[in-house]
Amino acid sequence: MKRVIRMRDMSDDQKGVIKKISAAGDMGRRVREMGLVPGTLIQIQGRAPLKDPVAVKIRDFILTLRNNEADHILVEVDGPDL
Amino acid sequence: MEKKFIIALSGNPNSGKTTVFNALTGARQHIANYPGVTVEKKTGRVAHRGFDIEVVDLPGTYSLTAYSLEEIVAREFLVNERPDLVVDIVDASNLDRNLYLAVQLRELGVPLVIALNMVDVAKARGIIVDHEKLSSMLGVPVVPMVARSGKGIRDLLDVVVEEAKRGAQWQPAPISYGRDIDRSLDEIEELIKESNVYDTKYPPRWRALKCLEGDPQIRELLERDPEQGAKIKHICENTAKHIMDTQEEEPEGIIADHRYGYITGVTKKAVKRKIELRLNLSDKIDKVLTSRILGPFIMVVILYGIYSFTFWVSEVPVAWLELFFGYLKMVVSSLLPQGVLQSLIVSGVIDGVGGVLGFVPLIMFMFFAIAILEDSGYMARIAYMMDRILRWFGLHGNSVMALIVSGGITGGCAVPGVMATRTLRDPKERIATLLVVPFMNCGAKLPVYAMLIAAFFPRDRARMMFFLTLLSWGFALFAAKFIRSTILRGQKTPFVMELPPYRAPTLQGLLIHSWERTWQYIKKAGTIILGFSIILWAMMTFPGLTKDAVRSFEHRRADLKNALLASPKMKNWVRDEKDLDLLDRLYDEYREGQGEKEALSPPNIAGSRLFPLIRAAFVLEKGGNSTDDMEEGPFKAASRYLDFRRQMVYIDREQHQTALKHTIAGRVGRSLERITRPLGFDYRTNIALVGGFAAKEVIISTLGTAYSLGEVNPEESGSLSERLKHDPDWDPLKGFTFIIFTMLYVPCFATVISIRKESSWGWAAFSITFNLIVAYLVALVFSQAGRWLVPGF
Repeated sequence: MKRVIRMRDMSDDQKGVIKKISAAGDMGRRVREMGLVPGTLIQIQGRAPLKDPVAVKIRDFILTLRNNEADHILVEVDGPDL
Repeated sequence: MEKKFIIALSGNPNSGKTTVFNALTGARQHIANYPGVTVEKKTGRVAHRGFDIEVVDLPGTYSLTAYSLEEIVAREFLVNERPDLVVDIVDASNLDRNLYLAVQLRELGVPLVIALNMVDVAKARGIIVDHEKLSSMLGVPVVPMVARSGKGIRDLLDVVVEEAKRGAQWQPAPISYGRDIDRSLDEIEELIKESNVYDTKYPPRWRALKCLEGDPQIRELLERDPEQGAKIKHICENTAKHIMDTQEEEPEGIIADHRYGYITGVTKKAVKRKIELRLNLSDKIDKVLTSRILGPFIMVVILYGIYSFTFWVSEVPVAWLELFFGYLKMVVSSLLPQGVLQSLIVSGVIDGVGGVLGFVPLIMFMFFAIAILEDSGYMARIAYMMDRILRWFGLHGNSVMALIVSGGITGGCAVPGVMATRTLRDPKERIATLLVVPFMNCGAKLPVYAMLIAAFFPRDRARMMFFLTLLSWGFALFAAKFIRSTILRGQKTPFVMELPPYRAPTLQGLLIHSWERTWQYIKKAGTIILGFSIILWAMMTFPGLTKDAVRSFEHRRADLKNALLASPKMKNWVRDEKDLDLLDRLYDEYREGQGEKEALSPPNIAGSRLFPLIRAAFVLEKGGNSTDDMEEGPFKAASRYLDFRRQMVYIDREQHQTALKHTIAGRVGRSLERITRPLGFDYRTNIALVGGFAAKEVIISTLGTAYSLGEVNPEESGSLSERLKHDPDWDPLKGFTFIIFTMLYVPCFATVISIRKESSWGWAAFSITFNLIVAYLVALVFSQAGRWLVPGF
């Protein structure tokens, strides 16, 4: 089963494929030029000690985003619908 | 004859661009493993096969939009300067994202060569890149290399020369962005070509593409032709609307998706990978270093370890340098006759420059430690871990780098710190950061702290430094919060940032890096500080006392002498001035020899008829009493003689004090006393603080000059720190208040200039005023609260 969730809600080490980027403007541009485009495989690497920002492994490097930014990224992950 | 041409190096941050630049040109340059350190244009030269190649290092960028300073700088250089060739450094171990910039360079059409760097790292991670395939698919030469070990640099130069001989031309590569966008691009391209208003700097199709992407700079350029511009604008708007309706995206997003689609197509064929998304060593290190509890703990331990390490290793060399300058002063004093020239060289030059150079080892080791943090990639982790906190203060995780470079771990410099704020995209966050950056403990403030800590808190050196670091962070952050919630209110910007893989720093890189910064410090000592030491020395020497004033002091001395000679107690010992001169000389000599017993003293003293008096005076001065083997007589005379000596010293001091007050500096410092008295600062500290505006190092040298001129006391020829420790005007509270004031008050001249460069004169002026007010208020609170809490302080 596949389901689509926000990146913020992914658990550590969870993998997924980017479905949609709902951010526009500077944020959208920044995220895209770093390679977060639909169809890309990502894996949550971990979170900073204060639970924010989140580190994501994408294409062969690690990117960090704040939680409120990760909200704009929808990811398709394995698992049953809730 | 050598043929000249220009190549530009472009590439992502952390792609090893700086390493390639160094390997090509041998230039000394700051290398770091943090996004965006290379913000300046750096040039170097290399000769190869009869060609004289000028290499320009462009800022490291991920893209070529108009939304960050670096990208604009890079893009403008490419279209305005038109380099003969662009070498794009691409990290093979992170190929997809690195090719995003390469694709945009192809869109722009610059003559391009790709340097495929770090093929060894890629291989170790199971990524094998077929560079010939990559080359044929992208249509540009690709040279595999490992810049770290210099492998492939010659091949790159060979290819560069070949391309130069071939006379490579601008040739935009057509990439498809989907039917809708491609059609609009064709239309806009035609409209641009039809107009004769537009310049030909940019290829028309690239301009069309940027217009669809919503690039503000290009859109503005297109409006120069009102007629065609309006048509173009119309097409752009329609396309955007259409795409939004059908695909729920902005054209910009679609274009980026297609670029990555194109890249994925290329890498699918040119790259073989064994494992996908595997945990590599760097990831495993991160699991520990950024973990919830251990991460911050390790960070504090690492930062604290840096102080301990720096102080521990630099202790001995600093002591050597102090000895050396002390010796130099002695030699110069004995070689030159007393007078203005001796005073200039000893008090102006040696004290001034020596005081600054004495701290070179400390600063060098501090820079070395920071270089390790930067080059290893740990600095980015600090930003990552700190962002949650910094955000609360209205800053950005990236601000941490500007703050650390400025002295967040003590011993940085606000000038590169101010420049490092260029990595911040939001102007409000950027200005807020550069306004608070001067609060950090830069390398120039260190000597002031070190000197005062040695004087008043000698047992807690490392702990005190650590405390001061925390204080400076506190002041900087709360000042930022204040600025961001008053004059610079506004939204936060995205934190999207790369965590570069951990890399073992190369020794060469570290040495270049720390030596460069240390050298800047030394150069400052040799130029600005030398100049200011001399100017300040002159300000503190001229105008001298009037002849009348000097004569009045002479009279007082003569009166004292006469009274002594007339004293009945001295009758048997000293009858005329000649006797007194001899006594003075012998007594000084005896004191220097630490008052050896008769048998061990030099014959000229021991054999003198004055010896009993000399010995008695020495015993009295040391606080002793007469012993049985000594007669009463000499003690009465000795007591009288010591009295005379004390009064003479007092007059000397008074004369020097009066003289300094009379000088230009004294007048300035005194007029400021009215404001600074509540802080406990007198005119001498004021003079030093005024001098500190030139460069904070000057504070120490000026205090040194002020105190060595103002007080001639043979007993205390030790360092400034010793002198302040025994000075009745100084106590730990004043020492601490002075440290705090030094930490916060005006940024140095060089920093003000860089603030102006990065913002405006207005902000530079604001920075001076704001910092002065903060420094005054904080120092006032500390000194008043200190006196109130500990009355005996």
